[in-house]
Amino acid sequence: MAYNIRLDGRKFDETREIEAKAGVIKKADGSGYFRIGKTSAYAAVYGPKELFPKSMQDPKTGVLRCNYNMMPFSGAGERVRPGPSRRSKEISMVTKTALLPVVDLTDYPNAVVDVFIELPQTDAGSRCAGICAASIALADAGISMKDVVTAVSCGIVDKQVVIDLDYAEEAYEGGDVADIPVAMIPSTEEITLLQMDGNISRENLKKALEMVKEPLKEIAEIQRKALKDKYK
Amino acid sequence: MGKLLVNDKDIVVPGEIIAEGMDFLPSTGTYRHKDNILADKVGLLSVDGKVLKTIALSGKYLPSRNDTVIGRVIDILMSGWRIDINSAYTAVLPLQEASFDYIQKGADLSKFFALDDYVVGKIIRVTSQNLVDFTMKGPGLRKLYGGRIISVSPTKVPRIIGKQGSMVSMIKDTTGCKITVGQNGLIWIEGEPEQEVITVNTIRKIEREAHKNGLTEEIKSYLDKNKIEIKNKEFKKETKEEKPKEERTKKEDDESQGEQ
Repeated sequence: MAYNIRLDGRKFDETREIEAKAGVIKKADGSGYFRIGKTSAYAAVYGPKELFPKSMQDPKTGVLRCNYNMMPFSGAGERVRPGPSRRSKEISMVTKTALLPVVDLTDYPNAVVDVFIELPQTDAGSRCAGICAASIALADAGISMKDVVTAVSCGIVDKQVVIDLDYAEEAYEGGDVADIPVAMIPSTEEITLLQMDGNISRENLKKALEMVKEPLKEIAEIQRKALKDKYK
Repeated sequence: MGKLLVNDKDIVVPGEIIAEGMDFLPSTGTYRHKDNILADKVGLLSVDGKVLKTIALSGKYLPSRNDTVIGRVIDILMSGWRIDINSAYTAVLPLQEASFDYIQKGADLSKFFALDDYVVGKIIRVTSQNLVDFTMKGPGLRKLYGGRIISVSPTKVPRIIGKQGSMVSMIKDTTGCKITVGQNGLIWIEGEPEQEVITVNTIRKIEREAHKNGLTEEIKSYLDKNKIEIKNKEFKKETKEEKPKEERTKKEDDESQGEQ
């Protein structure tokens, strides 16, 4: 059985419905909201501020810290156990490395910028939504950054290359599934995050990475619009 | 031939292409990537001949020399005080900069400035690692008593001050409050309680609408609509005497360039 029509009726290169906002958390220095389909992420940025313990300080540049957290009630099935887990630590780390190439903290030696990403509801693609929300929040906090980082997943569902898999597609049992979250700097087309879960052939991987570029640029426009709309 | 893709005073966001071609020069908040000039901060674009820069709309205060700021004493050191200046870095007020009077060795420093005291001071030195030295010696620099302190975004401070201090004097004249605006976004207000409330509301309005054109007019009509009679004329008299501070106004002029 070939995967001819997607489970939710989207085109193969179509993302889910996207909504983005900037400045949603009043007390934070910068904040962003990003929703893609049923996955939504809030990001709050605090800083630059002094970093303690002193041993963590870097006298050459400011430090970026990211924290990814899925809320206990956010998943579709079982309650997510609160607190850090192996998975959330890994995603926090890849989020940081995805954002670092664009942010410039050299004006803030010995300081830290904290990014907190909270997910009240998830339906696959949460790390991508988190990265999108975090880059809106960082820009909103007035931090110098070359570009907004934009992220979405691509992959295959039963030999068909698709963009932005939702949970039902990730759990598809009729054939091979590969889920590849990608983060990109739109202006240079440099990839800052590339992970994979599943099996994919070389040709399909190339095809998927080519296909994901357009949706990524569209998402970047939505992120920029969100930042501009704050000042309307 | 170079082409400008965004109008002057428009809002630009990171990664947005502002201009094509080599005819323009990037400055603060912008950078060149291949043939294009892109923004690297959220801000208002300012076109000055060939030079493109962005005026930031958000961000923490970064200390710079000769800024008058409002700080809070957070620690007492061996010979000085540590001051929180609402920034990523703290300032140090050394003993010899604390007062014109001689302070004896071994004196109890909390007699001069105790923990949690608010002060108006000036930044005298900032190193490359952002170590900050602070002084209390100078006209208008003092410990603050009474009144209230509010915090605004430091990027909106030039708008709150206005050209040559026009905006803040307008509020002072209408409400009769004493106002001291620190470059770090902390503002001290003292006056009759009702007037203080009007002042706070006005400043909040300026902060919200700082990026708009014709702000002075709008604030003027806002104040006219909301003002109430000043009961105690003494407050007003004092403010008038306090206003002309040559050093402050010069700094404010520099700050308000590129505004409006």
